[in-house]
Amino acid sequence: MTAALRVCALYPDLMNIYADRGNIAVLRARCAWRGIGFELGASGTGESLDPEAWDLFYIGGGQDRDQAMVAHDMVDTKRDALHAAADRGAVVLAVCGGYQLLGASYALGDEELPGVGLVDLHTVRSDGPRLIGNCAIEADLGSGPRTIAGFENHGGRTHLGPSEKPLGRVLGGHGNNGTDGFEGVHRGNVIGTYLHGPLLPKNVWVADRLIELGTGLELTPLDDTLEDGAHESAKRAAGVG
Amino acid sequence: MTGPSVLAARAVRTASRVSGRGGGTTLPGRVLLRLQPDAIERLGRTLADGSVVLSATNGKTTTAAMLSSILGRSGQNVVNNRAGSNMHWGVATALLDAGRRPEELGLFEVDEAWLGQVAGWLHPRLLVLGNLFRDQLDRYGELEALADAWAELVPELPEGSGLVLNADDPLVADLGRKRPDVVYFGVADDSQALPGLQHAADSKHCRRCGHPYEYEAVYLGHLGRYRCPNCGNERPTPSIAATRVHLDGMRGSEITLSAPAGTVEVKLPLPGLYNVYNALTAAAAGLALGASLEHVRLGLQEFAGAFGRVETIEIGCRPVSILLVKNPAGANEVLRTLMLEDGRIDLWLALNDGIADGRDVSWVWDADFELLAGRVARVTCSGTRAEEMAVRLKYAGIDTVPAIDRDLLDSLDAAVAGGSGPLYALPTYTALLELREGLARRGLAERWSG
Repeated sequence: MTAALRVCALYPDLMNIYADRGNIAVLRARCAWRGIGFELGASGTGESLDPEAWDLFYIGGGQDRDQAMVAHDMVDTKRDALHAAADRGAVVLAVCGGYQLLGASYALGDEELPGVGLVDLHTVRSDGPRLIGNCAIEADLGSGPRTIAGFENHGGRTHLGPSEKPLGRVLGGHGNNGTDGFEGVHRGNVIGTYLHGPLLPKNVWVADRLIELGTGLELTPLDDTLEDGAHESAKRAAGVG
Repeated sequence: MTGPSVLAARAVRTASRVSGRGGGTTLPGRVLLRLQPDAIERLGRTLADGSVVLSATNGKTTTAAMLSSILGRSGQNVVNNRAGSNMHWGVATALLDAGRRPEELGLFEVDEAWLGQVAGWLHPRLLVLGNLFRDQLDRYGELEALADAWAELVPELPEGSGLVLNADDPLVADLGRKRPDVVYFGVADDSQALPGLQHAADSKHCRRCGHPYEYEAVYLGHLGRYRCPNCGNERPTPSIAATRVHLDGMRGSEITLSAPAGTVEVKLPLPGLYNVYNALTAAAAGLALGASLEHVRLGLQEFAGAFGRVETIEIGCRPVSILLVKNPAGANEVLRTLMLEDGRIDLWLALNDGIADGRDVSWVWDADFELLAGRVARVTCSGTRAEEMAVRLKYAGIDTVPAIDRDLLDSLDAAVAGGSGPLYALPTYTALLELREGLARRGLAERWSG
């Protein structure tokens, strides 16, 4: 057990298209308000990764060109460390473009981006329309089923392997591929999702669950009147009462 | 060439003005384009002095109004789309009045995503491009893709047409790469430089080789004096420059404007460095179109403001300044300007998620609301996503508990009643339209019918 949450942002300068710093801000503040330490580090292009040094690894979304650069670099410099970290139970949260790189591959026409293979999934860029809109899902992070609400905007269709579990069931919106009714991926403490907006400010229960998983601490409740309002607002936007 | 389609569309415009229900800037154009799909091209040809097309993520409406003010002083008859109606139907609506006067010039602000198509129809004699910032990813897609689309459009411009580009925005300046006839404008006063790139900075990598740029000075977002250490690509030297900038809070600013024709001191009635950029854009375009430096100075100094871009309205004895916010870079500049005021400020923020705002409200997390920490006396959050705005402020370290009310006018009334002195109202685009309409019903603002 550690008295601080140690967060490593992967490629924060390239993978931050959907206001990903909002997720980090929420983790930081909710630790601080409880007197839990918070350490933030980063690992960028060409840099190695110490699997023991961090409790939570975060990767967000990026523009196509940046995502392609990151895909290759992450396989070259961070794949083994990420596997070692996930094996020891560190939390990995990957959103949108980062989520697409967690699996085997992301096929974009003639090009195929490699993934780090933390989970069994593959993604294919579709000729069809991008899947854009508010989205709400029902997910269970070990504390019973609850709602996660956010916004999705992705051209890729993600398909999970037969042994893989989704993060949740789509209540409103498109999800992984717009057809099977599921969203995201969840294996151990590795979570991938298309929901940004950003994710954690609208779903502070997820932020708290990640802090618990990362630190092993039991958390005291906070006054979440405003946060609960934003959560309900995001659910309403996704058409979920 | 006043054909039946034009007459029908004009009738629609008259009807929507009489009914007072708004829509006067889009519906007539929609009707016209339905009846005559090539109307923009055909009517555009009736403009004796041709067309100027202007686009940017931020500042289109203000810049077009400034340019119109300059050209008015130089005696030019101008046909333009006002009030920010800048999709193709807004241009079509404006063109309903084309060809009625001699020596007429079309001046059109065009939405970034519509630029290629509209420029293709209008064959502009001058294309003016101000900036590209991260904005409404759900509508415009990625910024690099938009820059690529603009790059494809430039070689399609007719022979002899001019290009006015922002030297300080690498995404925009690079469009002039292969052309000899470009007018560049920019800021050249390092007293305005920021300590580093803001979080919302979008173009950090060289458009030519992908290597990160080095900045000698950052003025606003990713605008500044940059250079690629790998391939040597660098900010072009602007021929139209603000060589001295003094920002005087919400009251406005003073600049020294340097051009090949000479140097003048200009007092801008609009606040903030973003409006200095708008003025430079308008000045560069005006000079390229033959206006004198004195016309430019007068046009800018006596500029009366554009719809919802820094308007101040008296409500219940309080001055309420309305400042549109719609994306991180624009919001940052509004916040930075507000922070030039003394003491704690009284704020009303309205976050809508309409289609024209972008359904995705993520952008509020990319804007630097942290600038407000410790500087807010009272704050109200309104709009369809008021609660999200409130959470954003909480995590930005604003220690004042916001009042939350999704109803725009009710919440504004409460905000006005609850304090004294100036109130700063920051609505997103559809919230601005709704607010303006509500204030017009009370006789506090002019009805907006274009």
